[in-house]
Amino acid sequence: MIDFSLSGLRRALDAGEISSVELTQACLDRIEEHNPALNAFLTVCGEAALEQAQQADARGGGGGPLAGIPIAHKDIFCTRGVRTTAGSRILDNFVPPYDACVVEWLAGAGAILIGKTNMDEFAMGSSNETSYAGPVLNPWDPARSPGGSSGGSAAAVAAGLVPAATGTDTGGSVRQPAAMCGLTGFRPSYGRISRYGMIAFASSLDQAGSLTRTAQDAALLLDSMAGHDPRDSTCAERAGEDYSGALQGLKGKALNGVRVGIVSEFMDEGLDPRCRQVFSDNMETLRALGAVVSEISLPRLPLSVPVYYVVAPAECSSNLSRFDGVRFGLRGGGEGNLERMYTETRRRGFGEEVRRRVLVGGWVLSEGYFDAYYLKAQRVRRLLAADFSRAFESVDLLAGPTSPSPAFAIGEKIDDPILMYLNDVYTIGASLAGIPAISIPAGSVDGLPVGLQLMGRPFAEVEVLRAAHAWQLETDWHRLWPPGASAPLSAA
Amino acid sequence: MERTGRDTAFQVVIGLEIHVQLATRSKMFSGASAAFGARPNSQASLVDLGFPGTLPVANREAVAMAARFGLAAGGKVARRSVFARKNYFYPDLPKGYQISQFELPIVSGGSVEVRVAGQPARMIDLTRAHLEEDAGKSLHDALPNATGVDLNRAGAPLLEIVTEPQLHSPEEAAACMRGIHQLVTWIGISDGAMQEGSLRCDANISLKKPEDSELGTRTEIKNLNSFRFVQRALHSEIQRQTEVLLSGGTIAQETRLYDSALDTTRPMRSKEEANDYRYFPDPDLPPLILEPEFIEELKRTLPELPAERRARFESGYGLDAGDARRLCESRASADYFEAAGEACGDMLLAARWISGELAAALNRDGLDIANSRVSAGELGMLLSRLADGSLSGKLGKEVFQAMWAGEGSADGIIAKRGLRQISDAGELKDIIGGIVAGHPEQVRQYRDGNERVFGFFVGQVMRATRGQANPRIVNELLRKRL
Repeated sequence: MIDFSLSGLRRALDAGEISSVELTQACLDRIEEHNPALNAFLTVCGEAALEQAQQADARGGGGGPLAGIPIAHKDIFCTRGVRTTAGSRILDNFVPPYDACVVEWLAGAGAILIGKTNMDEFAMGSSNETSYAGPVLNPWDPARSPGGSSGGSAAAVAAGLVPAATGTDTGGSVRQPAAMCGLTGFRPSYGRISRYGMIAFASSLDQAGSLTRTAQDAALLLDSMAGHDPRDSTCAERAGEDYSGALQGLKGKALNGVRVGIVSEFMDEGLDPRCRQVFSDNMETLRALGAVVSEISLPRLPLSVPVYYVVAPAECSSNLSRFDGVRFGLRGGGEGNLERMYTETRRRGFGEEVRRRVLVGGWVLSEGYFDAYYLKAQRVRRLLAADFSRAFESVDLLAGPTSPSPAFAIGEKIDDPILMYLNDVYTIGASLAGIPAISIPAGSVDGLPVGLQLMGRPFAEVEVLRAAHAWQLETDWHRLWPPGASAPLSAA
Repeated sequence: MERTGRDTAFQVVIGLEIHVQLATRSKMFSGASAAFGARPNSQASLVDLGFPGTLPVANREAVAMAARFGLAAGGKVARRSVFARKNYFYPDLPKGYQISQFELPIVSGGSVEVRVAGQPARMIDLTRAHLEEDAGKSLHDALPNATGVDLNRAGAPLLEIVTEPQLHSPEEAAACMRGIHQLVTWIGISDGAMQEGSLRCDANISLKKPEDSELGTRTEIKNLNSFRFVQRALHSEIQRQTEVLLSGGTIAQETRLYDSALDTTRPMRSKEEANDYRYFPDPDLPPLILEPEFIEELKRTLPELPAERRARFESGYGLDAGDARRLCESRASADYFEAAGEACGDMLLAARWISGELAAALNRDGLDIANSRVSAGELGMLLSRLADGSLSGKLGKEVFQAMWAGEGSADGIIAKRGLRQISDAGELKDIIGGIVAGHPEQVRQYRDGNERVFGFFVGQVMRATRGQANPRIVNELLRKRL
């Protein structure tokens, strides 16, 4: 039986137990069988993927740490010659002439692009229900949402359609779907991975990340995704590290002496009591691993949702102005009237949630409201980041649940934006502070996965990944498959 | 028709926003070329086109140029400035926002000299100067029944220089624009090509009664791209505002366009129709931080500025103020002067020739001094022949014209045409001896006091030397001999 993690597949490929063509074909078969129901993929590049797999097999070794392994990209990353929609009707016909940095660098490591995954429109959503291509179903329960906005990536990896996928996380869009689908979802520090070629939602918050089966796999992807890219001025001017190397040799009480702070503000009445129980069990496990667990307060954290829903819409309203029907994408309206072309293009091209955020963003930036909303939100954001810095003076990692509940039903929250926004209450803090945060499978409620979130200091990706890996050495939650599913190659 | 003189009983208050295109190799936030005149949309990268996922990267060369301007204008160069987005929709604005600077510009303060003929020079304060990207161009006549968009200019680097409202006439406004033009070309941050739109300005203008302390309501006239249009548009607008005010009306705060064919301004949009630009810091660009060492280095490499150079020309070379100012109109002209002067060793002679013969020749052929047909070194060689007496002033002009016509170097032309002046006393003494000996009657007349005969002897010497004898030396030797 072949372990369907990246590291497992690497070993199997190197040992000649499977070929890249077999692996790629197995993924394509799985996609063909399950995607019609799951709706996880918007585009599948079967032929091109098989061709690359043949080349990888013909090369017979070498070609990078991900050589011969198929992965999926969230449809927010531009892919040269492959349609990229960002889950929006307005980009339904958009074929970029360039690769995003993440796409380019992962391809450089040998990864094979097997397809592009469904997502909330322009990453605005927490349930994958705002996609113009319809919702994605959760492999653990098809009546439920896989979370969002990287819902397609999460469902695809959870159902074993592909071993790993990229995602993006603006307010929790990697971590929350990872928690709801029983995966490891990692959002590194802001600036750790280039945003070049990643279609912008909220530039000061957007961060590429990964959805994988293990922390080890997250490290393996980060090895190739992290680093300085001069095409993104907000990308950190520091080289990436050897993340997978840093995980080697961990065993036993691997968290000995690591100080973990439980964020008091997360333990509020919004947290599902069953998830609270899972979380307190989790803290016992951390102690058993040697961690020193204490409670710590981040007093401004409750302000993070309102701050986020001012800053993110403000940036999105401006970022999405380029979708005007002039140069690419959908063009609506008849001839001869510029105003009508704009309004028709954008009315027909954008869904309801995107329109709502564009309007809110325009409002908070407008004359007379700017100081009261945007400026105040930026001030509070700085105070919030200061809360995190202060906390990291006394602890090494912060811990909390990823999400207030397990996966919710499709349709449950989509008509109540505020209820939907509150789903991000535990993930938004790290986004606003720009710190690395990971969600790892840590329990189960009514047969649905529950995630544990660990956050670290800025650019302490190694510390966060080591803790997550140590956790996965001692627990089995990440090995579970959704009911009726199993690793694609286990029968082979 | 030019209007001149005072055309209003009101006091005129004008402030300018001058857009200078910086002479960088690439655009403000992308690697595409910003050169003028290319085929439409052939110089627009994916960043300029605003493609999804593309990001701006600030051009260090443009930043250095803006800082250089700040230093040259005596302003303050900010250690930290911030790029902001100015949001509005227009087909030639690809991203739906222009990246500019709003609250924290790269340069604050400074001043520029404004000089109107017949008036003492004045220093006009600058409010600020900030970096921004240009928009593209909408082409309304290029296609039948459609508007074309050319994005070659989209993203071109601009420095917007804002003056305080301290200008009081259209002539001062035009002179201010000239002053900026001189400075930005002098320090090499712009080619100053007006006809290509490298320098354009918006003018804010209001009128008030001299006794009023508050400014009147202003209008803004957009996109004036020549010194002459600035002057004409403002005269026309002064006349319009004067008529409105005198008939008891009020001025509406609005943006207007100047129609040069009709010589009148017309409304473009009112204050109510004005865009709310929803400025906010661009999250794609971190604050621009300039280290003190970087600014020091720019300061160190800044060229000598026009005012300093003018003063040095006056005190060091003894030029009068007018000559010094004319020679310092551009850095090319000042460089030319110093190179020619050093080559001939006589700065005043060089100044005289540049303002005289050279200026006339340049003017005749419509050339700039930087493209002169006679280089500074070549002119210097010619002038040194005048200075050492081997060429007469009259023949000097002949040689210059031959050089201008491309016949070669001064010495070559002198030799070829046999124009060398004979200043050698021994050679001339022999000639003079012969002439004196051959004309005893005239010698007697001269010695009897007939001064006019002296001219006869000079003429004889000149004839014998075919005009090449140095007249000063001939005079001296003749007096002695006679």
